[in-house]
Amino acid sequence: MTVIPGHGAAVALYPRLAWYGFRRHATYWAAALAGAFTNTVFGVLRAYVLIALWQARPGLGGYDVAGAVTFTFLTQAFIGPMQLFGGGLDLPERIRTGDVALDLVRPASLQLWCLSEDLGRAVYLFAVRGGPPTLVGALLFGIVAPHAPAAFLLSVALGVLVSFAWRYIVALATCWVMDDRGLAVLSMVLTTFFSGLMLPLSIFPGWFGELSRALPWSAMAQVPADVYLGTADPARALGFQALWAAVLLALGALMTGAARRKVVIQGG
Amino acid sequence: MIRTYALLAWTWTRAAAQYPVSFALMTAGGAVVGGLDIAAIWVIFANTDRLAGFGLTEVMFLYGASQLAFALADLLFGNLDRISRHIVSGTLDVMLIRPASPFVQVASDRFTPHRIGRSIQAGAVLAVGLSRLDVPLGRVWMVPVMVVSGIVIFTALFTLGGALQFLLTAAPEVANAFTYGGATLTQYPLSVYDPRIVRGLTFGLPLAFVNWQPGLYVLGRPDPLGLPSWTGLLSPAAALALAAVAALAWRAGIRRYRSTGS
Amino acid sequence: MIEADGVGRTFRVRGRIVHAVRDLSFRVAAGEFVACLGPNGAGKSTTIKMLTGILTPTSGRVRVAGLDPSRRRTALARRIGVVFGQRTTLWWDLPLRDSLELVRLLYKVDRKVFRERLDDMCDRLDLGGFLATPVRQLSLGQRMRGDIAAALLHDPAVLVLDEPTIGLDVVSKAEVRDFLRRRCAEHGTTVLLTTHDLGDVERLCRRVLLIDHGRLAFDGTVDELRATAPGRASIEDVVADLYLRSRTTPRTPPLPRPAPDGPSATA
Repeated sequence: MTVIPGHGAAVALYPRLAWYGFRRHATYWAAALAGAFTNTVFGVLRAYVLIALWQARPGLGGYDVAGAVTFTFLTQAFIGPMQLFGGGLDLPERIRTGDVALDLVRPASLQLWCLSEDLGRAVYLFAVRGGPPTLVGALLFGIVAPHAPAAFLLSVALGVLVSFAWRYIVALATCWVMDDRGLAVLSMVLTTFFSGLMLPLSIFPGWFGELSRALPWSAMAQVPADVYLGTADPARALGFQALWAAVLLALGALMTGAARRKVVIQGG
Repeated sequence: MIRTYALLAWTWTRAAAQYPVSFALMTAGGAVVGGLDIAAIWVIFANTDRLAGFGLTEVMFLYGASQLAFALADLLFGNLDRISRHIVSGTLDVMLIRPASPFVQVASDRFTPHRIGRSIQAGAVLAVGLSRLDVPLGRVWMVPVMVVSGIVIFTALFTLGGALQFLLTAAPEVANAFTYGGATLTQYPLSVYDPRIVRGLTFGLPLAFVNWQPGLYVLGRPDPLGLPSWTGLLSPAAALALAAVAALAWRAGIRRYRSTGS
Repeated sequence: MIEADGVGRTFRVRGRIVHAVRDLSFRVAAGEFVACLGPNGAGKSTTIKMLTGILTPTSGRVRVAGLDPSRRRTALARRIGVVFGQRTTLWWDLPLRDSLELVRLLYKVDRKVFRERLDDMCDRLDLGGFLATPVRQLSLGQRMRGDIAAALLHDPAVLVLDEPTIGLDVVSKAEVRDFLRRRCAEHGTTVLLTTHDLGDVERLCRRVLLIDHGRLAFDGTVDELRATAPGRASIEDVVADLYLRSRTTPRTPPLPRPAPDGPSATA
C-alpha cells in the first residue's frame, strides 16, 4: 500500500476526482441521452418478451408480471451507471498508448484514482441514463414501488463498485495480454449474460442458475434489482455485493502492484 | 456499382487476412455474441413450452431467419451508420471527388469480413430449426425469399439511419436504436408484442415482413391479427417499397450535403 | 478548361447569411498553371469545392472540362485529379501501394499503362522508399507526394490542389513544386492551386487569381501583380497592399467577416 503524504490532501483529492469525472461525462450529455433512448427502446422490447413468459408461467422465479417488468426497466437503467456493456474507464486507452506508466509512478493509488472518476461518471449516468428508461417503463407499463429505498440505493452503489472493480481488472489485464479487443468482447459477453441484463438469473435452470447467481456479475444488476423488488433479503444481498467488491478490489490492487513493478523494472 | 463495392470490400478483406489469428478470433467472438441471444431463448424455453403460442423450434426458425438477414445486411451495409464520422472528418468530401457513388464508398469503407461470424451462427440456428420443423416442400421455397427480403429491409433501415445523419450529425445512436432494435425485435414471434405495435410494423415500418409474415406462411399458422394467409408473399414487395423510400432519403441527404456544405 | 461566371455561394451560419464567394468570374485555358491566392476565409476552399462538385454554387455557372460539376460529378471525377492539403485522398490504413492500386481500379486504368505511369511517378516523386508503408505512418511530405501521384494516375486533364504545400519543409516544398511545374509543361495538364505561400506563386506560375472576401481582387500575370505596387520590393508586400486596398475600397453595405470558408471547412 503506497504511503500518501499529507492525509488531508489525500482526502480532498479523491472527491475532487469524482467531481471531475462527473463534470467530464456531463459534457457528453447528448451521447448520454441518445444512450438513454436506446436503453429505453430495448427495455420496451424486453418487457414484452418477459410479459409473454410470465403469462405462460405466472410467479416464475418468485416474481409476478409487474415485478418482471420492473426488473426489465431497472436492469436497463443500470446499463449506464454500471457500464454493463463495458467501457467508462480511460485506462485501456492509456495502457495502449503507454501513458499509464506516468499514472503508475504517481504517489497516489491508481485504483482509487480510477474509482473516484468512475463514481463521478456513475452518478451522472444514474440520473441521465437511468432516469428515462425507468420513467418510460413506469408510464407505459407501470412499475412497482421500491421495497426498501435506502437499501436499494446502497445496493446500487455497491453494484457500481463491483462493476468498477471488474472493469478495472479487465483493463489492467491488457498490460499482460496483447489483445485488448478480445478481452473486451469476453468481458462484455460475461457481463451482459450473467448480470441479469438479458433475463433474471432466478430463472436460469438447475446448477447453471445456482452458479450464475453466485458469480460477481450478478452483483452488478440482478442483486440491486432484487433489493428493489424485495425478492432478496437486503442484508444478505448487500453482504454478497460487498464480498465480491472486496475480492475484486483486492485482486485489482495486487495487479496494480504487479503492473507498477513491470513498468518500473522493465520499463514496459 | 457492384464492381466498385466488390473492389473496395476485397481490399479490406485482403488487409484483414494478413492477421489470420485475429480474424479467426473476432469471427468466433461475433458468433459467441450472437450466441448470447439464442442462449436467452433456450433459458426461456427451459421454463416453458410455449411463448405467445410458439414452441422452441418455431422460435429458433424465426430467430434464425431474421438474424441471418440482419447479420448479412450488417456485413454488407452496416457501415452506413458511420456516415456522421465521414461528414465530421471531411472524408465524405474525399469520396465525392472519386468517380463512384458515395453510398457504395461509405458502405464498403472499413468493410469488416469477420462479421460473417454472426451470419454463420444465425444460419446454423436457422438450419437446426428448419430441420426439426417438417415444412412441406410447397412452402419451404419461402425461406430463402424471406431471408433475402429481410436483408433488403435491414439494408434499407441502415440507409435511412445514414440519411438521418445528414440532418442530425449526433444521430448515430438514435439510428442504431432502430436498426439494432429492429433486429432484436424480430428475434421473437411478433405475437409477443402489443397488437398496435405489430400493426405499425406491418403497415408502417415493414419489419413484420422480415420474418413474421413470411414465417407464418411457412409454418402454416394463422395470423393473430387476422390478416390473410398470403400476406407473407408480400415480403419482397414490402422490402422493395422500403428500399425505394430509403434510396430517396439517401439521395436527399447527399443533395443536402452538397448544397449546404455540411 | 475552367469557366466560372458570376459564381456565388452563400451559407447560413447561426441564422445569418454569409457570402463566402460573391460574383466570381474567371477563365482558365487548357494547359495553364494558375495560382489562387487569398487570406484565410477568403473563399478559396469554397471555390475549390464548387469546381470539384463537392458543393453546388448558389448562383452563377461553373464548367470544368466542359462539364457542370454539380450535375455531372461522376463524369467530371474521371477527368480531374484533386489534392487536398489538409486531408488525404488515400485510404488511411492501407499501404500506399494498395491505395494506388485501388485508384487504378476505381478509375479503370489499364494495368500496363498504370505500371508505366506509376514507375514514372515513383521516379519523379521518389515514392519507392515508402510504397509499402501504411498511409497513416507517412510523413506529411511523403503523404503529399502519394496524394499527388494518386491524383494523376488516371491522367486527368485538370489538376486541382487545395493548399498542397502547407506544412511541408523546404525540401519537400521544392520537390512538389518542381514536379507540378514539369507536369504542366510536359503533359499540358491544366493546374489550379490555392495557396497562402507566395513562394509557390513566384516559382510556379505566370497567372495569379487573388480572392479576398469572396471576390476576385486581382486576375493577371505575376508581372502585372507586381505592377500594382511598383514601389514594393517583395511580392509579399505587393499582395498585402492589394488586400488592404480591397478592404478599404468602399462597398455598400460593408461586408460581414465571413466564417472561415463556410461551416463545412475543417482546418
